[in-house]
Amino acid sequence: MNPSASSPPASPAKLSLRGVGKYFRTRGRDIRALENISLDVSEGEFVCLLGPSGCGKSTLLNIVAGLERADEGTLLCDGEAVTDPGRDRMMMFQESALFPWLDVLENVLFSLRLKPGMNSAERREVAEFHLQLVGLEKFRHAFVHELSGGMKQRVALARALAPNPRVLLMDEPFAALDALTREQLYGDLQRIWQERRKTILFVTHNVREAVCLGDRVVLFSPHPGRIQREFRVDLPRPRDINSVELARHATEIMAELKGRNGAPAPERAAA
Amino acid sequence: MKRTARALAFFLVLLVLWELFVRARVWSPVLVPSPLSVAGYLGESLMDGTLLSALLVTLRRLLLGYVVGIALGVPLGLLTARFRTLEDTLGLLALGLQALPSVCWVPLALLWFGQSEGAMFFVVVMGTLWSVIIAADNGVRNVPPIYARAARTMGSHGLHTWLRVILPAALPHVVGGMKQGWAFAWRSLMAAEIYVTILSGFGLGHLLHYGRELNAMEQVIGVMIVLLAIGLAADRVLFSPWERLLHRRWGTNR
Repeated sequence: MNPSASSPPASPAKLSLRGVGKYFRTRGRDIRALENISLDVSEGEFVCLLGPSGCGKSTLLNIVAGLERADEGTLLCDGEAVTDPGRDRMMMFQESALFPWLDVLENVLFSLRLKPGMNSAERREVAEFHLQLVGLEKFRHAFVHELSGGMKQRVALARALAPNPRVLLMDEPFAALDALTREQLYGDLQRIWQERRKTILFVTHNVREAVCLGDRVVLFSPHPGRIQREFRVDLPRPRDINSVELARHATEIMAELKGRNGAPAPERAAA
Repeated sequence: MKRTARALAFFLVLLVLWELFVRARVWSPVLVPSPLSVAGYLGESLMDGTLLSALLVTLRRLLLGYVVGIALGVPLGLLTARFRTLEDTLGLLALGLQALPSVCWVPLALLWFGQSEGAMFFVVVMGTLWSVIIAADNGVRNVPPIYARAARTMGSHGLHTWLRVILPAALPHVVGGMKQGWAFAWRSLMAAEIYVTILSGFGLGHLLHYGRELNAMEQVIGVMIVLLAIGLAADRVLFSPWERLLHRRWGTNR
């Protein structure tokens, strides 16, 4: 049981994308958003999709979530074709998307109530457990507007984890938070990921964030969105976003991102 | 407590100004009765039961028409927001008719239903329905799409999404629409009662109307004070608790 193991597990891919493509139709013109995306994500693997805005990485995540459909290619989750949203793939957004008419506990219960085969006592227990996991059990009856940005994302994480999805999809979930809160959440997310052994697909435009969290960083290039290169990150966990080792990796990826290999990258956008 | 005292003081000052105006004899006391004579009328009509029975007749008409207007308007508003075809048809009709002053329904109601409770009911429903449709429709359109997306990823779809996500998310707008609908219902009923005499029930509007016919100014003003009190009470009893609840949950309180 060592989730930080860096070698690819032998089990078949949890998520398997083959030749996935997507067009957007605007004013009668087709714009290619994604071209020939092929990617395998193993069970329990943490993969970061990294790229500048407009590279289609969020679109790809939406396709995996089943919120959008691919125009080309195949997408399998546990060997089954994905066409619709499903409880096996939970999603977190940049905004918490928590429901203001419900309190914290009810928000977590919302996803559980949609899961069949549980009675209300079990649901309650599972919800409480996940609130504890994100450290918010004391805020179970708070309303959404009473929470800070970081707390909201913790509740959103609890809500996404509670129904025990096979895959967790995260669309820049920390992008709107301040640096300090973000660092805290990097630690929490790594801890929770190691404890719960989830397969995570994480979209970000922040290079350090990608290196800090991912077993693998998949670099996207824009117009049309496609995979430019993949990096394996073999750093021990838990990783500290401020460590020199991590910065070295980030610099390497930043250089690739900027298309000039080896040049020092001041990495301002990502800091 | 302080706010209640302030409000009471304000109305007291108004009363005093009114009394001073009467004493100054700018207009004849027939046109401007003193607060005391108005209070006298209110006391008398309370004692002989005319005021209370008129109040009950009016409130029954109002509530009946209002409840039906809401019960039809909210679902129809959700439907116009959901289905393009309904938006382009019923939605357009509602948009046009909600701007129509509700007293304009009275002639039609009289011809269709005669001088009956049916005519009153029809006018109140027409006064309420269209603005409630517009408000509910508008409420749904203002729901952040991210809520529905998040719900979909959690396995919610169809009716579940509408009842558990869209409707509660639209609630602040819907309650706003219900409040507006109340004001419209109230206005249309008063217009109808002043306009039309109905044998089956003598409402506040009729009381107002006959006050004018009899040149009984203290009755006219007395009834208007009752109408004002009902407007305030409706807001405090029917809508304020809802609004407080929503403000607390959404964090929109000042």
